Amino acid sequence: MADTTHQSFDPLATGSRARQTRSRSIVYLLLGLFALLYLSPLVIIFMNAFRPLEEIVREGFISLPNMLSATYWVEAWSTFCIGGTCEGVSRYFSNTLLMTVPATILSTAIGLVNGYALSKWRFKGDTWVFGLITLGVFMPAQMTLLPWAFVLGKIGLSNTIAGLVLVHTVQGISFTTLFCRNYFLAVPDDLIKAARIDGAGFWRIFRRIMLPLSPPILIVCVIWQFTGIWNEFLFGTVFTSGSNQPITSAIVAFSGSGTGERHYNVEAASVIFAALPPLFIYVIGGKYFVRGLTSGAVK
Amino acid sequence: MSSLLIQNLKKSYGAVEVLKDINLEAESGEFVALVGPSGCGKSTLLSIIAGLESVTSGEVLIEDRVVNDDAPKDRDIAMVFQSYALYPTMTVRQNMTFGMECRNIDKATQAETVDRVAALLQIEPLLDRKPGQLSGGQRQRVAMGRALVRDPKLFLFDEPLSNLDAKLRVEMRSEIKKLHQRMGRTTVYVTHDQIEAMTLATRIAVMHKGVLQQYDTPDMIYNQPANMFVAGFMGSPNMNFFKATIVDGDVGLAVRLDGSDGPALPLGAEQAATVSAGQAVVFGVRPEHFSPAHEQRAERKGRVTVPVPVTVDMDEPTGAETILMARVAGQDAILVCEPEEAPKPGETMDFAIDMAKASLFDAATERRL
Amino acid sequence: MMADPSNATRPRLSAILSGWTPQLVLVPTLVAALVYVVIFSLWTIWISVSKSTLLPNMAYGGFGEYAALWQSKRWIVSYQNLFLFGTLYVVGSLVTGTLLAILIDQRVRFESVWRTIFLYPLAISFIVTGTVWRWIFHPQTGVEKALHDIGWLSAQFDWITDRDMALYVVIFTGIWHSSGFAMALILAGLRSVDADLIKAAQIDGASMPRTYRKVVLPTIWPIFVAVTVVLLQFAIKTYDLVVALTQGGPGVATTVPAIVVYDLMFQRGQIAQGAAAAVMILVALALVLVPYAIWSGIRAKREAAHHG
Repeated sequence: MADTTHQSFDPLATGSRARQTRSRSIVYLLLGLFALLYLSPLVIIFMNAFRPLEEIVREGFISLPNMLSATYWVEAWSTFCIGGTCEGVSRYFSNTLLMTVPATILSTAIGLVNGYALSKWRFKGDTWVFGLITLGVFMPAQMTLLPWAFVLGKIGLSNTIAGLVLVHTVQGISFTTLFCRNYFLAVPDDLIKAARIDGAGFWRIFRRIMLPLSPPILIVCVIWQFTGIWNEFLFGTVFTSGSNQPITSAIVAFSGSGTGERHYNVEAASVIFAALPPLFIYVIGGKYFVRGLTSGAVK
Repeated sequence: MSSLLIQNLKKSYGAVEVLKDINLEAESGEFVALVGPSGCGKSTLLSIIAGLESVTSGEVLIEDRVVNDDAPKDRDIAMVFQSYALYPTMTVRQNMTFGMECRNIDKATQAETVDRVAALLQIEPLLDRKPGQLSGGQRQRVAMGRALVRDPKLFLFDEPLSNLDAKLRVEMRSEIKKLHQRMGRTTVYVTHDQIEAMTLATRIAVMHKGVLQQYDTPDMIYNQPANMFVAGFMGSPNMNFFKATIVDGDVGLAVRLDGSDGPALPLGAEQAATVSAGQAVVFGVRPEHFSPAHEQRAERKGRVTVPVPVTVDMDEPTGAETILMARVAGQDAILVCEPEEAPKPGETMDFAIDMAKASLFDAATERRL
Repeated sequence: MMADPSNATRPRLSAILSGWTPQLVLVPTLVAALVYVVIFSLWTIWISVSKSTLLPNMAYGGFGEYAALWQSKRWIVSYQNLFLFGTLYVVGSLVTGTLLAILIDQRVRFESVWRTIFLYPLAISFIVTGTVWRWIFHPQTGVEKALHDIGWLSAQFDWITDRDMALYVVIFTGIWHSSGFAMALILAGLRSVDADLIKAAQIDGASMPRTYRKVVLPTIWPIFVAVTVVLLQFAIKTYDLVVALTQGGPGVATTVPAIVVYDLMFQRGQIAQGAAAAVMILVALALVLVPYAIWSGIRAKREAAHHG
């Protein structure tokens, strides 16, 4: 795979020792500076989640802490007041979790089967079907807000987590189908032919041959869907309200309101709660994600 | 009883006709080779026999039963693919049992069959490995093993040796021949390699542009090719095609190479019966049917030979024999002769042509006369 | 290619069903996609020319809402912002991403650590990104405050509250979030370039920067096109980032079309005009994607012709 194999030639390893050292230093210096820029928000917010409020107000976010305390994390999780209720972000966190996990599993599972059917069982008009499904990838959410609101109302899923699961699953299938179809295209057709001659049908081939080959693209789909749905804001804001909202809406609710006293430390801890799960998933599977992303997802 | 019968088969993709009226019959136990250049339709024909492609019109019969609409799994066939198509996530053993598993054969029989076939192919040590851990030759054996465990009515091979290096290919070729002789199963074998076809097949079907050119024994295909395509495709180096005209000679009809000022080459009685004086023909002579005139080898065997002067432009010694790029009567020619007899480039020497093995083709239709 | 089961001699139901399994499996998705892509689009387009206000009213009302939209200052500002934001965000992400990719391509140690550092923002929501950077950019809590505290009292860094500069804060934050994505794809592209090509350039005497500029980067230009299209798409759909970072302010200085759509639909009760604004977003997307799709199609065809 492109991102793990080193090219067999290293241009910086040529020429005089002095030149090599100079070029290397420049490379590491630049990388270090960029890394600082990329990591600083993470460091800053993490630090401030442990600092007393008066210290943050006095010294701002960017300064070294004098006193550290973990109580703000507890407050953020369980007692912080958001939009009138004082239950902390735990409620919104579980809302998001209950929305993200089913929608991720559903859209990934359906995408896998779709991708398999579209890449390995060609039929008349299959490219049109694929084209239509792929168009969903590009649909701006704004075009779907009013129809979704109407549909969710009609089927009784307004202001429910289940409604958000439906919305995200339908939208997500476009992505997962695209990813899986492109991935499965690279699986040799001869394998399918051999299995058909061996007597296997559509589902047996899927279960015994395609599924065992799927982990790389499965990881891509899961990471893509999980982070995408977890981080989503617009649908959550439009289709749910109050205590049914996902965590992104909750953060905007407290941090966006200009009125009242600010609890920066508790807010920082809440923001970390909102960022942690996708970050966790990404750190675990990021290597495979990049691999999949570059091998077929964007084509 | 014919094991495989194909009648008036046509296949088209949209307006493109890739197979035109194919008729083919294989007796039980026969080894049929389908040969032709890439794009000739041989692989499509194999896929149709396997049931992986549908038929546009015509019929495919396996053991006298029409199978046009049968799914591949219901045709009782086994196939070896060019890419081997081994299931990458399964071990060799699982690869071999998958077909039996799909047919709900009990585990004991599965294990017994795998062991028997593995012993036959000498792949017992590989049974618990994954295909990714095997060499090209080993994969080839496993692919054959997967076909053999099924003991089907029909074996299909789709260029099974083309991904192997030259040495291994020759080894596997004789192995396939041995297996066929031992199992005695009807086999259809697609290849673009005419040597594979010649060595393995009991009958060869030469295809070109979707048309079955000739279907006959290797000997007939080689020595009595039905047309210039078959003559040119089979044999290496290629058969020489000389433009020529039929003339009245001293003892009957003879063929005079266009541009030749020497004597015309007398035709045998059989050949003479199919042509008339003045007719424009193509005179086909295989490179190995020239022999140095002083040797008169062919004549010693009682055949008619006629010496013609050959001017050598270039020689390509291969060790066992020397290939000569030359001109005969001003026309380009390729000859094969023994290294010690080969004239040097620039020399002219008389070569005798074995007339009994030469072919005459109609200049316009390119058909054998 | 499947055997067509419709002309089987003795069709059994199970055989017919198994022959159609691939198509049957796709039916739910196809229906969903039809509803989601086609019907929802037509629906919103119809609302945009209806008489809807606070509630949907499906009676035809003409194209008045489009005219009203294009006469509203807020919408025009948001469209202008989109152009500036889109351009600088895409160019900035590409330039930063290319630079990072080239740096990492120098066989650096701990490559995967560097890559993870530059790519992690992609895993974090725009909401979190925007909130954190707001605190950093805000004069009372962020950089300006820190500079004051270390004794530089005249230091001023209040772009986020400055009408003329606030959009650049959004652009910067956007680049911070997305340049890792560009880096990952460009790095993969760099790795796919034949190493012999680089060797040849070295032997020809080209310096490192020249080798990249003249030899390596030009060979992977299709990746740049693909990344540009994906990023432009993000830019056109941008909503969360601005909401969390500036809420479109100060005033309307950082308003983008997606914010206008939300406000019209759900804050001001002008559903028809909101739908018209949504349609304009679709048009902007189409202006980017349709040429790209055509171009890709032509390229694929040309490549096929080369190989075939």
